[in-house]
Amino acid sequence: MNCIVCMTHVPDTASIIKIGPDGKHIDESGIKWIVSPYDEYALEAALQLVEAQGGEVTVVCYGPARAEAGLRECLARGAHKAVHVVGGEETLGDSMAIAKVLAAAVKDREYDVVLCGVKGVGTDNSQVPQMLAELLDLPHVTNVTKLDVAEGTFTAEREVEGGVEVVESPLPAVVAATKGLNEPRYASLKGIMAAKRKPVEKVEVSALGLDEAALAGAEATYSVRALELPPAKEAGKVIQGEDDPKAAAAELARLLRDEAKVI
Amino acid sequence: MAGILVFIEQRDGSIRKGSLQALSEAKRQAAAKGWPVAAVLPGSGISGEAAGLGAYGASKVYVADDANLALYSGEGYAEVVAKAAGQFEPDAIFFSATAMGRDLAPRVAARLGVGALADVTGLDLDGDQFVARRPVYSGKAFAVVDTAGKKPQVISLRPNVFALEQGEGTAEVVNLDGLSLSIRALVKEFVEKGGGEIDVAEAEIIVSGGRGMKGPENFAMLKELADLLGAAVGASRAAVDAGWIDHSHQVGQTGKVVSPTLYIAVGISGAIQHLAGMGSSKVIVAINKDPDAPIFKVADYGIVGDLFEVVPALIEEVKKIKAA
Ligand SMILES: Cc1cc2nc3c(=O)[nH]c(=O)nc-3n(C[C@H](O)[C@H](O)[C@H](O)COP(=O)(O)OP(=O)(O)OC[C@H]3O[C@@H](n4cnc5c(N)ncnc54)[C@H](O)[C@@H]3O)c2cc1C
Ligand SMILES: Nc1ncnc2c1ncn2[C@@H]1O[C@H](COP(=O)(O)O)[C@@H](O)[C@H]1O
Repeated sequence: MNCIVCMTHVPDTASIIKIGPDGKHIDESGIKWIVSPYDEYALEAALQLVEAQGGEVTVVCYGPARAEAGLRECLARGAHKAVHVVGGEETLGDSMAIAKVLAAAVKDREYDVVLCGVKGVGTDNSQVPQMLAELLDLPHVTNVTKLDVAEGTFTAEREVEGGVEVVESPLPAVVAATKGLNEPRYASLKGIMAAKRKPVEKVEVSALGLDEAALAGAEATYSVRALELPPAKEAGKVIQGEDDPKAAAAELARLLRDEAKVI
Repeated sequence: MAGILVFIEQRDGSIRKGSLQALSEAKRQAAAKGWPVAAVLPGSGISGEAAGLGAYGASKVYVADDANLALYSGEGYAEVVAKAAGQFEPDAIFFSATAMGRDLAPRVAARLGVGALADVTGLDLDGDQFVARRPVYSGKAFAVVDTAGKKPQVISLRPNVFALEQGEGTAEVVNLDGLSLSIRALVKEFVEKGGGEIDVAEAEIIVSGGRGMKGPENFAMLKELADLLGAAVGASRAAVDAGWIDHSHQVGQTGKVVSPTLYIAVGISGAIQHLAGMGSSKVIVAINKDPDAPIFKVADYGIVGDLFEVVPALIEEVKKIKAA
């Protein structure tokens, strides 16, 4: 059971977002970068699969130089190999460009399953896994909260509005994990030490037969015109309800009915 | 031919509201340009629903009625949408950004060799190019984006953001045949959870509880308020992680993204990851004993007080309103 985990390296979800000087990207100063939280579920699922069934976990990331730290984190948690496709700053947010790069990076490797996170936090697209599956001509299942892998097939539960879909599929396939699938482990001290000795394979986009300038230019499928902060919200009406909660509740109900007209 | 094709989602033969919102928006956008609007409806035993989509703006509905399409499959549904796109040759394809729409739109886009704009909350036309606003960084910023000139422009619209408009008319129904439907990842069954109660992702009103609820038993109080309002019960991650309520109720970055008309946050501090899930709600109400809780910064209305006193009082007030 060989697993490929696609990992994207993103701003910590608690980061304060400021707009950079070009008005199209965030200001990266002071940002702490992390393994995208959903990718932690993907990695954990992969580690559990190989622990039970043998094989190797290879983590692949298409990202700039700093993404190596994210790959090291995955190695420290137990991944066997790391592949760093260097680049991605100009194609950020262009899911199709990213999927093309990842497809080229994984297509000749040995794998039974490609595990992704359901969403790369930040660009918040939830698109790369499905596009990758299409480009590799594989089935896909996203939003996965339960995964049982057998010889050549798997069953997954996929969370949707009002319930879950139970999906059966042959392998290889692309599976996108969400919260609920597992509890990701932390790196142990031993893992961190071992990770220092594991190599991170560096791959140039051009070595994959792709032209990053073209992916970000003539072949781009996503263009950011502007990045904006949300409009400042007017201060709301706050009612003191400590002394007389009944009066406060009556006032709130009146406002919701007569002013906001929502009840 | 220019025009907009809209993917219509159904479950058990009933058409989902989000799709009708997407269709209504397509009609509004197309009206300015005199473009035609068509819909594509995969499913099983759903042909009877097709003509009625005319009332929401579709002049033509491509129907794929096949037992193999009864339940969703990314591959099967992508084949249907791509086939309809091949016939209609739209400039844009709209989806509702539901679990199904968000799963399907990128697969369709990749099949057509284009990109996609996900979970859009605002839409304008610049010439024949859509300019979309979409929340990024968990709603801490908005990106104004387009498809860099690539067509068709595949766009998913966040549910409950675009108004549903019902008019009159019937659509011409076109049956899509000659489908190969090679489906590998097969949905074996849909297992309903929560006994048919309203899902937070689809609710018009949500009453959510956080760590301030103190224990699972107190969610009964929220359920009572929710039932009075025809609302769904939501929760913060703290409440879910404590095991007080199922994860399917969680709102936020690692839960569901919701856009109800009214969101009532009870005993929820308003952490950024929670705001990511409900920041686009139209009216936000906070009930919290801490006047400095960050939730008050996004709230339109708030009560500073003990939720164990305020919520029962609010239930009584809502009962009075509903009885009037
Ligand atoms: C990667 C990541 C993803 C996350 N995803 C999510 C997510 O999807 N959704 C989510 O919600 N969180 C998420 N979180 C967690 C988030 O950071 C917060 O920890 C969580 O939202 C806090 O929940 P809470 O507001 O219920 O609890 P608290 O922050 O503990 O707030 C409880 C509130 O209740 C109030 N209170 C207490 N008693 C009373 C009373 N008697 N009457 C009135 N008010 C009272 C308190 O004043 C306080 O404001 C995520 C965190 C991370 C790191
Ligand atoms: N640059 C990238 N490198 C590797 N994997 C990625 C990259 N971008 C996205 N992915 C994978 O696709 C998932 C969904 O990302 P997205 O579609 O961008 O929301 C992520 O959780 C990753 O598993």
